[in-house]
Amino acid sequence: MSKHQPTISRRDLMRNSAIAAAGAAVVPVDSAGAAGSTSKQFEALAMVHVEINGVDHQLELPPRVTLLDMLRERLQLTGTKKGCNRGECGACTVLLDGRRVNACLVLAVAAAGRKVTTIEGLSDGPRLHPVQQAFIDHDAFQCGFCTCGQIMSAVGCIAEGHTGSNAEIREWMSGNICRCSAYPQIAAAVEAAAREKA
Amino acid sequence: MRDFSYAQATSRADAIALAALPDTMVLAGGTELLNWTRIGIVEPARIVDITRIPGMEGVKALPNGGVRIGALTKLNDAAQHPLIRASYPVLSEAILKSASAQIRNLATVGGNPLQRVRCPYFRADEPTPCNKRAPGSGCGALHGFNEKHAIFGWTKDCVAVHPADPPVALAVLDADFITEDKNGGRRLAARKFNVLPGEDPTAHSVLHHGELIVGIEIGRPAPKSAYLKIRERESYEYATVSAAVALDLEGDVIRRARIALGSVAMQPWRLEETERRLAGQKLGSPAIEAAVDAGFADARPLSSNTYKIKLARNAALRTIELAARA
Amino acid sequence: MGNLGQPIARADGFVKVTGTARYAGDQNQVGQLYAVLVASTVPAGRVSAIDTRAALAIPGVTRVLVAADMPRIHADLDKITVPPLATRFIPMQSDTIVHEGQPVAIVVSESLEAAEAAATIVRVSYERAAFIVPETAAVVSADPKKGSYSMSNALEFNKGDAPAAIAAAPVKAGAAYTQPSRHANPMEPSATIAAWKGDHLTVYDAVQHLPAVQNVMAAVFGLPATSVRVVSPHTGGGFGAKAFVWPHEILAAMAAKVVRRPVKLVLSRQQMYGMVGPQPQMVHDVRLGAGADGKLLGVSHAATNITGVTEDYVEFGAVPGRTFYACDNIATSQRIRRGNITLPTFMRSPWDGPGSWALGSAMDELARTLNMDPLDLRLINYAETDPESGKPWSSKKLREAYEEGARRFGWRTRVKGGTRDGHWRIGCGMADCSQGQARFHSTARVCLKADGTARIESSFCDIGTGPATIFPQIAAEVLGLDPKQILAVAGDSDLPYSGPTYGSGTTISTGAAVQHAALGVRAKLARLTGWPAEDVTMRDARIMRGNEARTIREVLGEAGVSELTSDGAFDLPGGAFVDMGSSAFPARTFGAIFVEVGVDQELGLLRLRRATGVYSAGRIINPRTARSQMIGGIVWGWGMAAMEASHFEPTLGRWLAKDLAGVALPVNADIPPDIDVGFVDEFDANSGPLGAKGIGELGATGVAAAVGNAVYDAIGLRIRDLPITPEKILAA
Ligand SMILES: Cc1cc2nc3c(=O)[nH]c(=O)nc-3n(C[C@H](O)[C@H](O)[C@H](O)COP(=O)(O)OP(=O)(O)OC[C@H]3O[C@@H](n4cnc5c(N)ncnc54)[C@H](O)[C@@H]3O)c2cc1C
Ligand code: SF4
Ligand code: FES
Ligand code: FES
Repeated sequence: MSKHQPTISRRDLMRNSAIAAAGAAVVPVDSAGAAGSTSKQFEALAMVHVEINGVDHQLELPPRVTLLDMLRERLQLTGTKKGCNRGECGACTVLLDGRRVNACLVLAVAAAGRKVTTIEGLSDGPRLHPVQQAFIDHDAFQCGFCTCGQIMSAVGCIAEGHTGSNAEIREWMSGNICRCSAYPQIAAAVEAAAREKA
Repeated sequence: MRDFSYAQATSRADAIALAALPDTMVLAGGTELLNWTRIGIVEPARIVDITRIPGMEGVKALPNGGVRIGALTKLNDAAQHPLIRASYPVLSEAILKSASAQIRNLATVGGNPLQRVRCPYFRADEPTPCNKRAPGSGCGALHGFNEKHAIFGWTKDCVAVHPADPPVALAVLDADFITEDKNGGRRLAARKFNVLPGEDPTAHSVLHHGELIVGIEIGRPAPKSAYLKIRERESYEYATVSAAVALDLEGDVIRRARIALGSVAMQPWRLEETERRLAGQKLGSPAIEAAVDAGFADARPLSSNTYKIKLARNAALRTIELAARA
Repeated sequence: MGNLGQPIARADGFVKVTGTARYAGDQNQVGQLYAVLVASTVPAGRVSAIDTRAALAIPGVTRVLVAADMPRIHADLDKITVPPLATRFIPMQSDTIVHEGQPVAIVVSESLEAAEAAATIVRVSYERAAFIVPETAAVVSADPKKGSYSMSNALEFNKGDAPAAIAAAPVKAGAAYTQPSRHANPMEPSATIAAWKGDHLTVYDAVQHLPAVQNVMAAVFGLPATSVRVVSPHTGGGFGAKAFVWPHEILAAMAAKVVRRPVKLVLSRQQMYGMVGPQPQMVHDVRLGAGADGKLLGVSHAATNITGVTEDYVEFGAVPGRTFYACDNIATSQRIRRGNITLPTFMRSPWDGPGSWALGSAMDELARTLNMDPLDLRLINYAETDPESGKPWSSKKLREAYEEGARRFGWRTRVKGGTRDGHWRIGCGMADCSQGQARFHSTARVCLKADGTARIESSFCDIGTGPATIFPQIAAEVLGLDPKQILAVAGDSDLPYSGPTYGSGTTISTGAAVQHAALGVRAKLARLTGWPAEDVTMRDARIMRGNEARTIREVLGEAGVSELTSDGAFDLPGGAFVDMGSSAFPARTFGAIFVEVGVDQELGLLRLRRATGVYSAGRIINPRTARSQMIGGIVWGWGMAAMEASHFEPTLGRWLAKDLAGVALPVNADIPPDIDVGFVDEFDANSGPLGAKGIGELGATGVAAAVGNAVYDAIGLRIRDLPITPEKILAA
């Protein structure tokens, strides 16, 4: 028995019993018994107020819904992409209170009361944000699937001031994988946009 | 992802009370916890969001010359704080070489040492033998793919390494994690915070259920320190091996050396024998190599990671150089 | 003027930087349900029972579909070959399991979260069977009855007597070269939204060829093709993974039919490993025999790849052995090993990518043995004609590419291998790039309006290679318009048939159809003007003959028509769907890649410092998008050389890591800014009317060999097993 109380999931315990004795009776799934003792503060359905691209939104959500799925599936803000759902690609990068984060690693409820900026909130109508324009000017994409995440990341990178050299940009833009591999063009676009801003 | 209910703790006391409930987990940056729930590594019934608790974020100088970092401080903020940069370059570097810029904007220094192993058997989306996932199911890596696994302190029950970078620097700085729970609190040495399989192959850390990390305390500055991270790709990847070194120099003579290796064991691995032998040695002298070699006397390779011994040794040597030049 | 060859900016730039470009998974249908697939956790055997009760108890879950719920496949599917059907084994038609990760059930739910949660608690019981680990399975010959993959090239090729020639040669080189399985991992996971209206099916899909999906779907359900519409305006990278029609696409359409609601299915990254094929693990045995002057006397290239148990996918990695260098004695062969894995498939730079790694390494070994510059060795063995057929190439200017590449890189004055830069040892390497050229039957329609704008219609898809940019250039060249005035409408199977976006074949094929259609429009305009079509040119929205000029508006206005439309086609001899260049002129693209790497031998680190690639690839329509393609290819080659590998766990029978953290792909920090790309001026008059060829895959060939050769140059260690990881470098 472990003295450090590792939290092992029911699913794993079930699986383990299945590995040990394939075909044996299955441990039933937790019947929300624990939920009965839930303290009053715990919500199984949360009312989430969040400001997205300057607009207030109010949604009722199960707490497990991520910011990414909320944006994409509930608000149809599909510019933010899901490439891995594990924090391993950067396609879902948005600004949370002005800082770049992976939307797949944020619960929507945990973003309550905060400001979210997505690619849809970046341009001023048909007028592109300088980073967007720089991406076009430097041919910094092919398929475009990683692009919105790259651009949001670049906006964050420039705001943070991590654009001192090409090498610094490349390091600080490495949280965004581009399988089309437009990397040198992306770095050049960020460099140019940063220069313009300076 | 199983359904869970959610609450925001508004104070430390609140958080401690809520976190102590059964089947409850604490949410900080969420960069680990969310993935665990998706993979099925954990399935808490309740999640307590501690990110809104006031006063748990930031870097403060301590009267004894050290610093205290609030547990909720984001990795990027800790690493780029002027105090950390100037006084603890090894920590700043270790943090900035972790994960990605956007993950470091979410991830907290308190959550970081609580990340779990990156062993692919452990992280599999479907059942594989793994004592850390399902105690008693065996260790798939022992005779399987173990190129990146442990060379120190493993047992046949688990050969994984702890993957975090910052704790390696914290171990070399002899930092402590300050915790609180309903019985009070503890000061836990970063060196021994993560648990070797000999003690418990199913565990990741010594933290108890319901116990919160509230801060990290580091002693006097270590400006002559450095962190080296070795990996196949240049960024956004866990270490194959890492090394943290802090030196006290007198001219070019080492007065005291502290060396820890990362991703070689289930906890940051201090090379104590090496440290002892380095004291009094001149930088660049052959004695340094001999001292480092002595630290590897108890290294034991697995079926496919013999190279890691040489790699870790070379990394330690190189990082001594880097720290001396810091 | 001339729009061809202009580096104009991408036409789809605005939609891509603003997030308004819609990919399959961005589509939503009114009343849609979310589907999540439940995958087999065992590699072989059968499903014995599925308990869906717990899953169904989750609020929002409407159905959990199992094999018994699925419509049976219509006999029409027998008429569809494999490929473009990726595999004839369609899961959930029986209880059989042939690989881990194969779909066994489908959860359908009102919300994505509920479907995901339910999928984890569908309890599947299995009767396990022994499974075969492909890498250690017996080496066998491909069975032509197991799919058509094995018929797409020669399994055996013999010219002269290579074994004897090599045995007798004064200088020999070569060895076994190996490479792991690799997954394409496009950033966009595959996604399908299927919606039925009566007997009509619409699918929004992430694809590289819309008509293939249309035909397969129609056959699966026994419908005429006209009853199926496929929409795919943008695909978030394909690299082969979306070239053929994989079972999940069919399952999505079936699920929608059963539940009578539109269904949205997006694969997880993990499922991209289990449900879409990888490039297979390969072993190449390459032997070279040469004279003391370096002239090749014999070349033998035997390639073996792993495949699944249902079809024999053959990765023709030995093709370079019989196409790269002039030699009188050549032997190549292809064998396979079958095991319980997802059927492998074409991935960017198939055949030549793997083969150029092995052959490019062996050539370097030969050059070292001869103490000869590897570039000189290539010049000595320059293939003026196709070594396989003896026929003249459609076009080849590799000699110019060598010269230009060597000049730009400074090859002849490069630093001596092993030169130190701090802890780094510098090494330089080069290798040949070459890719077979596929051509596909294609059609397009061009419509010219009185206001001087035009529209191109064709069912091609945009996977990032730039067709929406270069096709307007092609039409603009003929119609004398600014490319910005021409809109390409694509990504819908209701549009004229386009060939696929793979095999580097889009520009050469659909581009030619666009040109043909534009010429048709110009001829019609000429007829309205009363001038012979052969005499006219167009410029600045005017049609001209000699000194005479009329505006489009005038001509159409007088004729009383608002627009002129013409259909164009690129037809292949014999009405073929695909060929590899004309029979008289085998078509290939060529080039040379030069790289400089740094190796830190103590720390096992390998880093790219700079690269130069110069290519002979026919006419380049848009140097800007072309440059991007080549850089992308070089980065792919770097990934292949330095990090990419998917490991099949032999005791578990599954891909071990199925993510982007346990499987490394290059990131921005890996790629230095100094990636220099050039093209030689060339017009391939024999492959198609445009003079162009494909470039999408060429860039990724040869790179791994050049990197391996550079590592040898730096530290004197020959690594013959990819990727070149710290472990292997430390072995020195
Ligand atoms: C793709 C990827 C790459 C990564 N690469 C690296 C890397 O190279 N190096 C590296 O070091 N890390 C890496 N990480 C891990 C990352 O640094 C950690 O996930 C992060 O530091 C965890 O902090 P968090 O605040 O997000 O923790 P959470 O996910 O919020 O929590 C993690 C665990 O800690 C508990 N917890 C959190 N805070 C407290 C507290 N104050 N008291 C008590 N319990 C608490 C939670 O209950 C949970 O069990 C990577 C992560 C990802 C997703
Ligand atoms: S090494 Fe540890 S984490 Fe990995 S399979 Fe073995 S027990 Fe599990
Ligand atoms: S989808 Fe969030 S990082 Fe990949
Ligand atoms: S543009 Fe396709 S992944 Fe980056």
